Amino acid sequence: MGLFDKLKSALTKTKDVLRTDVRDLLKAGEILDEQNLEKFHRGLITTDMGVAAAGEIVDELKEKFGGRTVQPDEIWDIVKNKLKEILRGEGDCRWDITDPLSPLQMADEGLSVILVCGVNGAGKTTSIAKLASFLQKSGKTVLLAAGDTFRAAAVEQLTLWAGRLGCEIVTGEHEADPASVAYQGVDRALEAGADVAIIDTAGRLQTHQNLMQELGKIHRVIGNRLEGAPHETLLVLDATTGQNGLSQASKFSDAAGCTGIVLAKLDGTAKGGVVVAIRQQMGIPVKYVGVGEQLDDLELFSPDEFVDALFAET
Amino acid sequence: MFEGITNSLGDALGGLRGGRLTEGNIREGMSKVRQALLEADVNYDIATEFTDRITEQATGDKVLKSLKPEEQIVGIVYQELVQLMGPVDHEITLRRGEVTVLMMCGLQGSGKTTTCGKLAKMLRDEGAKPMLVAADLQRPAAIEQLKVIGQQIDVPVYSEDPASSSPLQVCVNGRKAANQQGRDILILDTAGRLHIDDELMRELEQIDNKLMPHQVLLVCDAMTGQDAVKSAKAFNEALEIDGVILTKLDGDTRGGAALSVKGVTGVPIKYIGVGEQLDRLERFHPERMAQRILGQGDLATLMETAARALDSEEMELQQQKMMEGKFTLDDFLKAMQQMKKMGPMKSLMKMIPGMGQIAGAMDEMGDEMDPDKDVRRVEAMIQSMTLDERQNPERIDRSRRNRIAQGSGTDPADINDLLKQFKGMSGMMQKMAGMSVKDRMREIQKVGSEAMDPAGPMRREKQRSKRGPADKNSVRDKRKQERQRAKQARKKNKRRK
Repeated sequence: MGLFDKLKSALTKTKDVLRTDVRDLLKAGEILDEQNLEKFHRGLITTDMGVAAAGEIVDELKEKFGGRTVQPDEIWDIVKNKLKEILRGEGDCRWDITDPLSPLQMADEGLSVILVCGVNGAGKTTSIAKLASFLQKSGKTVLLAAGDTFRAAAVEQLTLWAGRLGCEIVTGEHEADPASVAYQGVDRALEAGADVAIIDTAGRLQTHQNLMQELGKIHRVIGNRLEGAPHETLLVLDATTGQNGLSQASKFSDAAGCTGIVLAKLDGTAKGGVVVAIRQQMGIPVKYVGVGEQLDDLELFSPDEFVDALFAET
Repeated sequence: MFEGITNSLGDALGGLRGGRLTEGNIREGMSKVRQALLEADVNYDIATEFTDRITEQATGDKVLKSLKPEEQIVGIVYQELVQLMGPVDHEITLRRGEVTVLMMCGLQGSGKTTTCGKLAKMLRDEGAKPMLVAADLQRPAAIEQLKVIGQQIDVPVYSEDPASSSPLQVCVNGRKAANQQGRDILILDTAGRLHIDDELMRELEQIDNKLMPHQVLLVCDAMTGQDAVKSAKAFNEALEIDGVILTKLDGDTRGGAALSVKGVTGVPIKYIGVGEQLDRLERFHPERMAQRILGQGDLATLMETAARALDSEEMELQQQKMMEGKFTLDDFLKAMQQMKKMGPMKSLMKMIPGMGQIAGAMDEMGDEMDPDKDVRRVEAMIQSMTLDERQNPERIDRSRRNRIAQGSGTDPADINDLLKQFKGMSGMMQKMAGMSVKDRMREIQKVGSEAMDPAGPMRREKQRSKRGPADKNSVRDKRKQERQRAKQARKKNKRRK
């Protein structure tokens, strides 16, 4: 199954929801009045893209087509283009299908460090395992650092993954300072000459200031050991998350300077539309999407395909 | 949680208070409320229905022509909120000679395993004998996690080797083990799964059919967006869930899921998780939640927390000491430590009527205004004193003060402030000790209303400004002038003689 197909099948449910709504209401030859627009607004809100982005699209439609007879295809093009435009941003991120590592910022030479953070239960550890397997397939040697020293058995979980992947892992004691584990991880990766070190962190809610400061410290300590590191700070976002995703993106960015998002659990019925709002308001791009529980269920994000698969004909 | 909704409701209702109530401005206010509900991830249809119902009731003649229409509208909103979320029955019936089975299910990462631990602890604290079953054979180390949690709360965990077992088998054997060991509640921790994964949903149905759990509880992440009701619906269709446990409510989620779940599925929220520690699980009360959303505080929960966390003997002893005027810094320290057991100050403040906004403002100011930090600082100061100093604070002279400041990492001036405040407080207590119960209540009320009044400190400031700035130089000049005037007056009087 090709990349496009896989993404499409993962998004079929999402699309079904959107399409059934829209098919019901935007019939060719109907007049686009307030009532129809309201229904359309509802359809967009259901994708979690947020009141602001949905309002903007509806306003644009109203301006261009308000009171006129509906040409569904034309309207779809407008909606799609608008979403693609928002997601693509201003050329600050590249998604090259031939090079699956293209969105990642890597060191010019030597070790690259990736810090992974997110709220509890977003899917950090699983995403790390997938990302490591992804990097290994591209011929990189990977080292993991189990920085989640808080949650019961989190270290064991990552250690099990490391065993399956056959990569080295650095662990600390339970309730050890996570920053020290991160430091040791980078240290060991430099010594072993690994290409990429991925640092796991404990899940934390963005409102717990002391935990956010701890994350800031981890970020700083990594930078102290290796200049310019971490090269990439990925926020793992649960696709089922609603508008709280905005708060997560902004507060995690304040603490650790997020450079990208991994959108996990996109294989459910959730639409993950909040990434549109995040991209629009904070400019943080989605880099990868998680579409299943298996190791190879991580895909390169592509704004065009994301939007196309969202609305594609079956 | 709910701050967004509370604020927009406040704005809308506040706007109504300003001018005359008309159908027009009620509609406008309600459309703002709907916007806020959508931003808080409330399900689209629920949000629309909710505001429509309120508008309909509020624009009736009965309300608009009543004496205080805005109070009536607040009443309508309250009732609608309660209806939206309730009613809830928290009862878990224990039958003699039979193990009560509770099954937990939910999406991946919603917090099932942690919640199992919290629920087991809550039930154990209330006198039941729970047992946990690790039926999540899928996620690496999930069994380990449950075992560690079981150890922390001292509750046995039944598990089997995932390689040679199945979730159904673990659950069946778990019940046997519970029967043998005389446990009365069995909590099944199942693996997280997507509601569209037919195979795994069938597995849950099998467990459901075989064990016939007395209650099936869905664990749901409070941060979930519009998808929340969809997964709840799917789980409900497969398993007929009895209740929802909403987790991660300690974040800044606006709580839309809390408002939507009951409306869409008909299943009430029974418990809410409000922190990472294993004792941070609360029963969900729609009435109290509605009060909180309307910014009216939640004294009932505060009282319950106090009753649970505070040591009643210790409190009585302290009260006794207060009455006798023997309250020392040491007792003060103990009282503070008791308070801390009830949870962070800010979350306590949010439960006191009228204090919610102050707590919200503190949240916005971030680190600078953290009452918990103050408590820690005061604790450090008292702990840096010798026992003798704590009993007799008047012995603290300059050199002792400097030592205490150094020991607690504070400024000597802070120590002074603390001692002054403490002196004032113990003075007040002594005064109250001599009063009748009625007078005492009045005094407390007076202090309370001063502390509660947001304009209180400003008013005091104003009084001082009437007397002019109280700095040293101006006071000195004033006295000098007065002396001169007195001197001249004396001279005048002399001449007359």
